[in-house]
Amino acid sequence: MMHFTRGKTLSILAICLAGFLACIPNFLSDATFKGLPSWMQHRIQLGLDLRGGAHLLMAMDSDQLKKDWLANIREDARKQLRDAKIGFSGIGSTNAGVQVRLVKPEETDSALAILKKLAQPVAATGFAGGNDLAVAKGNEAGLITIEPTEPGSLDRVSKAAGAAIETVRRRIDALGTTEPNIVRQGRDRILIQVPGVEDTKALKELIGKTAKLTFHEVHPQVSVEEARQSRAPSGYKIAKADPKDTGERDYVIKEAPVVGGEELADAHAGFDQRTNESIISFRFNQSGARKFGSFTKDNVGRPFAIVLDAGRPEEKVLSAPVIREAILGGSGQISGSYTPESANNFAIQLRSGALPTNLTVIEERTVGANLGQDSIDSGKRAAIVGMIAVVGFMVFAYGLLGVIASIGAALHVVLVFAIMSLIGSTMTLPGIAGIVLTIGMAVDANVLIYERIREELRGGKPPIAAINAGFERAYGTIIDSQLTTFIAGLVMFFLGSGPIRGFAVTLTLGIITTVFTAFTITRMLVSWWLMAQKTKKIEAPLDYRMARTATSVRTS
Amino acid sequence: MFKGVDFFPHGTNWKVIDKRTYFVGLSWAFAILSAVLLMTRGLNYGVDFKGGSLIEVQAKSGTLDVGSLREQLNKLGYGELQVQGSGPAGALIRVGQQPGADEVAESKAQATANEKIKAALTEKYDVRRTEVVGPAVSSELKMTGIYAVIAAIVGVLLYVWFRFEWQFAMAAVVALVHDVFITVGMFSILWYEFDLSVVAALLTLAGYSINDTVVVFDRIRENLRKYKKMPLNDLLDQSINETLSRTVLTSVVTSLAVLALYIFGTSVIHGFAFAMLFGIVIGTYSSIFVASPLLLWFGVKRDWSNNPDAAKAAVTKAKA
Repeated sequence: MMHFTRGKTLSILAICLAGFLACIPNFLSDATFKGLPSWMQHRIQLGLDLRGGAHLLMAMDSDQLKKDWLANIREDARKQLRDAKIGFSGIGSTNAGVQVRLVKPEETDSALAILKKLAQPVAATGFAGGNDLAVAKGNEAGLITIEPTEPGSLDRVSKAAGAAIETVRRRIDALGTTEPNIVRQGRDRILIQVPGVEDTKALKELIGKTAKLTFHEVHPQVSVEEARQSRAPSGYKIAKADPKDTGERDYVIKEAPVVGGEELADAHAGFDQRTNESIISFRFNQSGARKFGSFTKDNVGRPFAIVLDAGRPEEKVLSAPVIREAILGGSGQISGSYTPESANNFAIQLRSGALPTNLTVIEERTVGANLGQDSIDSGKRAAIVGMIAVVGFMVFAYGLLGVIASIGAALHVVLVFAIMSLIGSTMTLPGIAGIVLTIGMAVDANVLIYERIREELRGGKPPIAAINAGFERAYGTIIDSQLTTFIAGLVMFFLGSGPIRGFAVTLTLGIITTVFTAFTITRMLVSWWLMAQKTKKIEAPLDYRMARTATSVRTS
Repeated sequence: MFKGVDFFPHGTNWKVIDKRTYFVGLSWAFAILSAVLLMTRGLNYGVDFKGGSLIEVQAKSGTLDVGSLREQLNKLGYGELQVQGSGPAGALIRVGQQPGADEVAESKAQATANEKIKAALTEKYDVRRTEVVGPAVSSELKMTGIYAVIAAIVGVLLYVWFRFEWQFAMAAVVALVHDVFITVGMFSILWYEFDLSVVAALLTLAGYSINDTVVVFDRIRENLRKYKKMPLNDLLDQSINETLSRTVLTSVVTSLAVLALYIFGTSVIHGFAFAMLFGIVIGTYSSIFVASPLLLWFGVKRDWSNNPDAAKAAVTKAKA
């Protein structure tokens, strides 16, 4: 029981040594750390609550995403039917999907065949095939319904989230802050963590806006008044210069843009020296430049509209300049009432591409760097004082065996740090609390063993037998008691969010290392102590008093 | 060699089982008090569960006068606004959820309120921390918290059932629910803030407070095998007394570590440390005075050689 083979002893010592080595990178300066070979570059990350920074949970607008999608389907359906020369009297969206009403009900089958081509197979894993759209005959003659399927909707939201994450990343990168962490959370949420940012106002303004820029034809004949009185011509709509006012500077623009924001190659904030205004100059990529060139060539003398967030509630015509000559170079500029700062923000938004929908902040946590440092300091203080109190108690109650238990507890802390370094785990304030807590729990196992040894000594067993029995019999109890806490830790890890998860990590790791140190290190040290006594007569390892039956304590 | 001091009294002879009516009655009283408090007074939910925002500030110089800060902020007119001192130079400001037509409007209104409040503070105070939780997230956090506590309790129940008989599992879990429930009740009495970190403490308690119970139950099982003839009441009492030093001392060492957290921790850790401390104390109490009487009540199989008749007889005898 107390005997350790050479191999076992060496592996235990090797694990401890490896633990110490794995902790070292945490204490090196950044420069030294970067100089290490890559396999040694593992260390604990500091959580936002310790280093300071902003944590934003943002929700995508699912309704808007669906509306956009249905609008696209409507456009596609219209185009397909027109190309196939199938007459339709109307295409409209409902909450569920798009409805197409044909002029001639007998053309339903051929129209159905054409519209079915709109459906795309969903590539998402986990679904056994299936299309993103269900195209079917409606409940009346000549009516066809096109409805998004559940896998289709999920796929759509996933793609939008992916695109939004990329866009947000580009926008934050433009700020020059370090290592933002941007991940999708749940179905339609994005978690953004930016270290070092304390004022989130500017951040939110930068990443929350869709910033979709499109260039539209302005209807050559129909004026806004005419369009208001009757209806905008098919394919055209009225766009406002500012969504908040009903002013006269509204335009009748073509719904389908000439060039879209995805064809912008670059956008920069600049300064117009003649007017002393902040401006944004932009440049199209090749295909955009070609489209814009041929459009301006054909429409000299007419205005065109630069529209922000077309098709959304916040749609806004930024300007509608008259084309003086064909613009073949593919570049231009936007002026307006911009400050240098807002011009810069807008240029970043344009450069990074449009977000698929607006993002709304639903949870925000920011921690200042000062508080982070204070938290680290107070965590350290609590850990040190906790350790001293626990060690003091153990040495008082168990003497040398208490010292051994304390060595085990100290190694436990080292091993938790080592594992966290190796897996690049994040240390948070609750994580520190978890470590302090497990220092107490680590010696619990020793208390169980030692009290059992005392009991066996009282029962008259010779020292070695008592020690053996103590370790042996306390085993099951230790496993049982640690495993229940481990279960709770696992629940926290899988159900908990940010702070709780940080705690769960150190708690579960701490339990594993606690059991390891109690069963290996402590036992090995005790067996060494026994061997050192070999020549002498082995004495009892613990002080014990016989039970005094006369002093039974009454509970009442 | 220093062998330590065996200071804990041994050979005690507490008659826990004889007095079980008092202990179980006391626990019922606490549990009912907790239930009544939770139904009438409720809990002082933090932003995690209530929504709204929390702003922690520190005076740039000197001490912070909570009264004048409160007066200054109340003039801004953002409704339900609490200011609570935290240390000599710090304060926690809680702003209720601002109304809005939909989620987007609510979020915007809340952001505006926070910006205005922060702007009013910048002259004299540093903002150290802000937390803003929207209504959707806060209700989700609440539900996940409840699910997590239930999941942890069920997980522990299954494990103890797997390791012991079902009677042991039931007794242990009733004792555990008792610990968690009364700890929650304590947060209602003291009106301490109830947030995510307190839920983390409750989950830890669900795993930890059962440790002591397991120690006692392990011994009961051992003694059941050892003393086949001993009356069950005596056997339970003996097991409780034999393990007394263990149940108490393990709790003492863990409390020492948690006490360090309570004393030196920042405002974020306080609720957690308090819940742990209180929970450990109540958990030790229930392990000694509540779990074993419950075991008697659920009935214990005396004979471990799979003889149902003998087991039934033993249970009836124990109840008599």
